Amino acid sequence: MLATRRSLDPREPGPQWPPAQSGTACWRLLSGPAGPDAESLPDHLQRLGRRPTGGAWLVDVLDASNLRGRGGAAFPTGRKWRSVAAETNGDPVVVVNLAEGEPASFKDQTLGALRPHLILDGAALAVESVAASRAIVYVGRAHAAARDALRFAARERRRHKADECRFDIVDAPDRYVAGETSALVNRLNGGPSKPTMTPPRPHQVGVSGRPTLIQNAETMAHVALIARYGPEWFRQVGTPESPGTALLTVLGGVARPTVIEVDRGTTVGAVIDAVGGLTGAAQAVLLGGYFGTWVPAADAWNLRLDDQVLAGHATSLGCGVVLVLPTVSCGLAETARILRYLAGESAGQCGPCVFGLDAIASAMERAVHGRADASERDRLIRWAGQISHRGACHHPDGAVRLLNSALRVFERDLALHLGRRPCRYARVASTLLPPARGGTEWQ
Amino acid sequence: MAVTWQIRWDPIRCGAHGYCAEILPERITLDDWGFPIISAEPIGTELEEHARRAVAQCPLLALKLERRSVGH
Repeated sequence: MLATRRSLDPREPGPQWPPAQSGTACWRLLSGPAGPDAESLPDHLQRLGRRPTGGAWLVDVLDASNLRGRGGAAFPTGRKWRSVAAETNGDPVVVVNLAEGEPASFKDQTLGALRPHLILDGAALAVESVAASRAIVYVGRAHAAARDALRFAARERRRHKADECRFDIVDAPDRYVAGETSALVNRLNGGPSKPTMTPPRPHQVGVSGRPTLIQNAETMAHVALIARYGPEWFRQVGTPESPGTALLTVLGGVARPTVIEVDRGTTVGAVIDAVGGLTGAAQAVLLGGYFGTWVPAADAWNLRLDDQVLAGHATSLGCGVVLVLPTVSCGLAETARILRYLAGESAGQCGPCVFGLDAIASAMERAVHGRADASERDRLIRWAGQISHRGACHHPDGAVRLLNSALRVFERDLALHLGRRPCRYARVASTLLPPARGGTEWQ
Repeated sequence: MAVTWQIRWDPIRCGAHGYCAEILPERITLDDWGFPIISAEPIGTELEEHARRAVAQCPLLALKLERRSVGH
């Protein structure tokens, strides 16, 4: 079960710091004491030493490290910081984004619960580097362990006078789109956590109308280590295009569903082996979570976790979810469940999203249960084209990406289902997808 | 040095009234739910007047006419 953080952290005692080895599991962010408790500030300082003071130098170092955002969009971190620092409409605001709305992803909340000081180090470095006057940590309401750890950590740092800035810890509603940057800004400005029209983009006009640097929690933690050890150290593992390590949530048909930190030079198959291997034969892997793409298991196995390699296979690591679909399950049925969930998570603002996601979820449900003919496939394709890039945010685009990959990867299944011969797994209740976090609030 | 225009659509404001597609079918069609699909093709002087009317007729002010480029 994936209900608690503890069950997702069956980490074996990691190697001692610094873990210079290049293997599949590669503990950098999650190095240090094993166990389910947050590392205290004294322990953190004893293990890693004090952080340097941020500044323009760090932006250059981030450029040289080629660190990219780990929230899903993989935007170059140094470039983002530079553009915020260059804005002139007031002191910038720094926001750590730990609104992990994706039900299949646990990596940010696990990191927050275990290594809060790495995240806060990164945030303090960001404040100093872009000359910000405020730091906010935006944490999903359901991520109780991470929120408590970060609250406690922020108090510890105030007591120890570790930073010039202070951290406001703010609850994020448990909605899929809450972490979307314009929705985050909307909520921090007192509105609902629903996306708004951009431009202006948050790095120009964000929280309190100020330039706002919004950075995923894992990305901030990488910054904390890069600032200490330098870009060459960061690039010792991974590939030139995708250096360093990544936190992944590996789940589905694997022996030990878990959050794991891996060398980005490794392959999907090696990652699955590192969590105890498959529980049975696999038919496909969902890479990148609910906005991600299905990849046939045979193709996925040797895929390197490198952005360029993945892009060449029409997929990406997205938010770091690797979900294994066993042969004893129906990929179309799982896709229909995800689409129904995403339709329910629409902010309800843009017509193509409100009507379109419901339409494709319903069409997929009809197909799964053998209540549709071949024309349903044509409708799905037409609607996918009509929905894509027609919302204020990328919510509909993510759903369409998932749908298109399902139409590709499960093409033969779909033909059988549309021939009114649904597979035997279509009606079985799924145990594959983690339960949704169930938030219904926008505030 | 031709001035061209493009319509920018705000899907949050839009209520699918559909007047825009009636007025400017050269650039605007409707999806299966009645929301406008705006062509990426630029709007030249020959359509500028119609484009302005399409934008002005939107009851929810969901469209904007933006200058796109001035030659190269």
